Amino acid sequence: MDLFLQNIVNGLQWGSFYALIALGYSMVYSILMLFNFAHGDVFMVGSYIGFGVATALLGLAAATGLPIPGWLILVLTILFSMFLTSFVGMFIERVGYRPLREAPRASAAITGLMIGIILETGNLAILGARRLSFPQLIESTTYQLGGVFVTNKKILIVAVSLGLMYLLHRFIQKSKWGMAMRAMSFDFQAVPLMGISINRIAPLTFAIGSSLAAAAGILYGLAYPVLDPYMGILLGWKAFVAAILGGRGSILGAALAGFLLGFIEIFVAWIFPSTLRDVIAYSIILLILTFRPHGFFGQAHSTQLRL
Amino acid sequence: MALLQVDNMTHYFGGLRAVHDYSLVLEPGHIVGLIGPNGAGKTTIFNLISGIHTPSEGNIELDGKNLIGHHPHEIAAMGLGRTFQNLLLWRHMTVLEHVKMACYSQLEYSVWGAFFGSPLCRREEKRITAKAMHLLETFDVAGFSTQLAVSLPYGAQRRVEMARAMATNPRVLFLDEPTAGMTPDELNRMINIIRKIHADFEVAILLIEHRLKFVMELCERIQTLVFGEVIAEGSPEEIRNNPDVIEAYLGREDIH
Repeated sequence: MDLFLQNIVNGLQWGSFYALIALGYSMVYSILMLFNFAHGDVFMVGSYIGFGVATALLGLAAATGLPIPGWLILVLTILFSMFLTSFVGMFIERVGYRPLREAPRASAAITGLMIGIILETGNLAILGARRLSFPQLIESTTYQLGGVFVTNKKILIVAVSLGLMYLLHRFIQKSKWGMAMRAMSFDFQAVPLMGISINRIAPLTFAIGSSLAAAAGILYGLAYPVLDPYMGILLGWKAFVAAILGGRGSILGAALAGFLLGFIEIFVAWIFPSTLRDVIAYSIILLILTFRPHGFFGQAHSTQLRL
Repeated sequence: MALLQVDNMTHYFGGLRAVHDYSLVLEPGHIVGLIGPNGAGKTTIFNLISGIHTPSEGNIELDGKNLIGHHPHEIAAMGLGRTFQNLLLWRHMTVLEHVKMACYSQLEYSVWGAFFGSPLCRREEKRITAKAMHLLETFDVAGFSTQLAVSLPYGAQRRVEMARAMATNPRVLFLDEPTAGMTPDELNRMINIIRKIHADFEVAILLIEHRLKFVMELCERIQTLVFGEVIAEGSPEEIRNNPDVIEAYLGREDIH
């Protein structure tokens, strides 16, 4: 029983990363009807930006001798990095996707793959092949609740993820931009006739998705502090699976499926040898998709959707 | 000067000439009808003026400002509202949200305010909600405000779409077959509503319609379009007695 609860806790943390990244895939899909395959690499870039910001802040604290506590540096790192990474997303939209709006879908899809390769190899060229170690901003403390071990980092990761998801949910449901995004996800023609430009909504969507990926990148760096230029590939693909499993374009679905993916992986690794983890975990997901081809919250889209 | 003026507009889809030498003068507060058989190019004319397509030739001016080459969202902001033949409503959005969505361009608050719920954001949302509810009352759909728009009866969906178009504060309103699929009861209601918005909002209307009774009753002037060309233009009386129109349009109508 304790082991079961322990795995629930681990699954929550692991699923947080998938959920945060999957949201970016889903948001872009819901308005542009295409998946931004560079999104996993945006997660990587976000993690590196987080590394840079954290290092700079630590350096600043050391240079000025100010006793800035670690948690404050962490908060500032998350906020700054989300802000900076949002520009990466807007840049990708502007140079990668906007010129190809009228192009066939396949061209727009490979744009993402190419941008991903550029980000990976660009990073490799600039920073070299060495792996970076994410600075440990907060002391790790372990709490024991019954037989379950919970670290303060795990609590932080899950809490920050859920908090960001809540903010996003409110934004999507209640604000004018969120409403425009939702409207765009169902129909493209009528939205501009309300005086709303796709060229304002699309960059905003990329910006929000990218800043969530950056948050995931930093939280990931806290838990697994080794950064390398290809860290976003596998994680990005798995988050993409979560976005599909949740139902294309569904925000709630992406978040839930991200956590589900985390649970499945953790529980499979608990029962079976860990080398078989992904083989079994993704066979299960394949099976789920066989019975629910549209995912959990997927809708058949209107065929009028065109850019 | 005319509010909306279209001069010699021609449009080709590939080699197909969809609209030929179309001209229109729409004065403030007037209602003009556009009739013609299926495939005559009526909806294409709407799409050309509202910026969905750019005409191959010709000139379009709204209140003296050239519309050619502007994006649909810019033309909408300049004061042109429209509805669609096949109802472009957003599934999974409520009636109220549809109309609030259309008030979007009049809302002023920042992205940050939206994330954290600033006082300005709340105030603006409240103002827009009140405006939207008022419009819903005008169109007799206030009772449905919290329901999904697509779950409404067909006639009510049409009225939601019109309320949405009016929420952008247009000076010119394009209605694409507002009575398609309506029962006679709903039809009469629609006539009253169009009269009411015409009077209350002082909006000029261009109307595509199949039901001649409806067009004859509402419009001061009617254009008849066949194969992308205007073959007759005049008052309802003149159109009714025009032999070309009777042959091309009314003749067919009688067969049904």
